[in-house]
Amino acid sequence: MADEVTLLDFWPSPFGMRLRIALAEKGIKYEYKDEDLRNKSPLLLKMNPVHKKIPVLIHNGKPICESLIAVQYIDEVWSDRSPLLPSDPYQRAQARFWADFVDKKIYDAGRKVWTLKGEEQEAGKKEFLDALKLLEDQLGDKPYFGGDNIGYVDVSLVPFYSWFKAYETFGNINIEKECPKFIAWAKRCLQKESVSSSLPDQNKVYDFIVEMRKKFGLE
Amino acid sequence: MGEVKLIGTHQSFPCARIEWGLKIKGVEYEYLKEDLSNKSDLLIESNPVHKKVPVLIHKGKPIAESLVILEYIDEIWKDNNAHSLLPQDPYERALARFWAKFIDEKCVTSVWGACVAQEGEEKEKAVEGAIETLSHLEKQIKGKKFFGGEKIGYLDIVAGWLSYWLSVLEELGEIELVNAERFPCLHEWGKNFINTSPIKDCIPPREDVLAYFSFGINYVRSMAPNKA
Repeated sequence: MADEVTLLDFWPSPFGMRLRIALAEKGIKYEYKDEDLRNKSPLLLKMNPVHKKIPVLIHNGKPICESLIAVQYIDEVWSDRSPLLPSDPYQRAQARFWADFVDKKIYDAGRKVWTLKGEEQEAGKKEFLDALKLLEDQLGDKPYFGGDNIGYVDVSLVPFYSWFKAYETFGNINIEKECPKFIAWAKRCLQKESVSSSLPDQNKVYDFIVEMRKKFGLE
Repeated sequence: MGEVKLIGTHQSFPCARIEWGLKIKGVEYEYLKEDLSNKSDLLIESNPVHKKVPVLIHKGKPIAESLVILEYIDEIWKDNNAHSLLPQDPYERALARFWAKFIDEKCVTSVWGACVAQEGEEKEKAVEGAIETLSHLEKQIKGKKFFGGEKIGYLDIVAGWLSYWLSVLEELGEIELVNAERFPCLHEWGKNFINTSPIKDCIPPREDVLAYFSFGINYVRSMAPNKA
């Protein structure tokens, strides 16, 4: 019986992008459903009653919520190809640690950059750039966090690259100047079909953020 | 010997999680007690990113973050006579991870918030919020002895603080969250969990947990803006 895979998502969501990349890496065919977050579908509310959030992966009718959990699920079910997590338990623990770091730091610090002003924004900018620099150190000389090919940490992190024009514009920062290695890594990831087909254009995300700021009364 | 070391403090429930995991697997370890007011060079070297406990050091290599450590323990010592902490089936594993994340991000935060909040509407709302998050766990444990089924598993270990540390928070915060009337299944689970070996062998004295949390609560309350 063929697998039925559906992804409930919202196009600018970096968390949704993680799943798009993972599914593409594994060559899994799926149905993509873009949600209107102001008018959530009955399916979303049924599949994620606890958080009512996207992304949700639905596999043969069963929902898996929380993006990193869903990426691990994809890696474990379709374990016969393009492994995302390393096979060595210590390397696997390191990958989980750094993906957890990305989850704890990047979105929240980035959010401060595009929503706040003054001292609070400066603090957010420092937090954001410090986190990117720490990740640069972690990358070292490797082409990807996953080594020779993209892995779990790359998948968890590269989606935020699509938000960089927004961060740079509203934060008045030049990320390439501060973190050249990070930008080089992101561009390298974008050479891969699974990543380039999963990330929206930075300009499109920027326009979306402009609209969000208006809605929040930030203009 | 000397292969497995745990940097931690006994009062901290994330550290207790690691002891429980290691003991269930029958792994011998050296406990390196940390003074969090004066962090050791070893802790800072082993966890430079967060500088927090617990840190597991296995054959000289450090692993940080309790949930990450638990999965590592389960994978490294999978062939022991002890059972698996995480389920075998990928879907069940995803569910266990989902609820573990929920516990750490929602339950811990909301319970702590309810405890710290001072009198009045703010406290009432915080307590309602905490009860709401815990109600999800009541549903999950219903009909089961442990979250892991017949035996203690990963999710029991992650939720374990509810069976002991919670009552200290309730006392300090002058609130009642989990009792036999409101959450009979969770209450029953807590009693079973805390009375099972090896869980009961590594719980700290209540006075120590009281002192540990008191300090934290007073600190947070002192940082709160003064109400006119």
